[in-house]
Amino acid sequence: MKTLRSSLFALVCAAFVSANAAALDVGEPAPSFALPTTAGDTVRLEQLRGKAVYVDFWASWCGPCRRSFPWMNEMQRRYGSQGLAIVAVNVDKKRDDAARFLGEVPAEFTVVYDPPGATPAAYAVKAMPSSFLIDARGTVVAIERGFREESGAALEQRIRALVSPR
Amino acid sequence: MRLLLARVLGIIALIALAACAAFAPPQPWEKGDLAKREMQFDPDPLDAKSTTHIYTSKEGAGGGYGVGGGGCGCN
Repeated sequence: MKTLRSSLFALVCAAFVSANAAALDVGEPAPSFALPTTAGDTVRLEQLRGKAVYVDFWASWCGPCRRSFPWMNEMQRRYGSQGLAIVAVNVDKKRDDAARFLGEVPAEFTVVYDPPGATPAAYAVKAMPSSFLIDARGTVVAIERGFREESGAALEQRIRALVSPR
Repeated sequence: MRLLLARVLGIIALIALAACAAFAPPQPWEKGDLAKREMQFDPDPLDAKSTTHIYTSKEGAGGGYGVGGGGCGCN
């Protein structure tokens, strides 16, 4: 009777604990995704093997995202031809919100859309924006949470190391 | 009989409460609605600032509105 009661108690306790998403760490393989672009083409992470990939999660309602776009444009201009692919995953529920944002802050890199949010869940995004730098083999080499202008230089160093490994 | 009923009701209540554990807080990428201006405590920051300023000068008291100064005790 006593063991039954204690096991019942444990069961009840377990019922109160909700499942937590696993975190994604540096050194782990980047979760794959296949998401549509504005034009309707599908971008797959696997297609970009062999390139350094900068995956950025953004939304129209996120202030720092707005400031990160000029920096990402600059990175695309500097390293796009050297093998850097910037993929900005939009997580807005409404496509119109994203379109309005892009009208104000143009993007010179690939923008894909994931309104249901399966990709940010797979990447265990903890802050908006969040960026994941992925090497040519598909391994996460850097995770950036939030965007600060002053951390741009350090991030650029990491990008440069990936596009021209010496 | 009444005791049994109370127990059954208690267990049902417990199960119903445990089901609430399934409610997850909004994830960072789901906070679009929460980021809207009408969801803020002070939808108009300028108005809130002037209200606070008038209040502190009339009441002779400061603080209590989020983050104040650097902890020096001066206003």
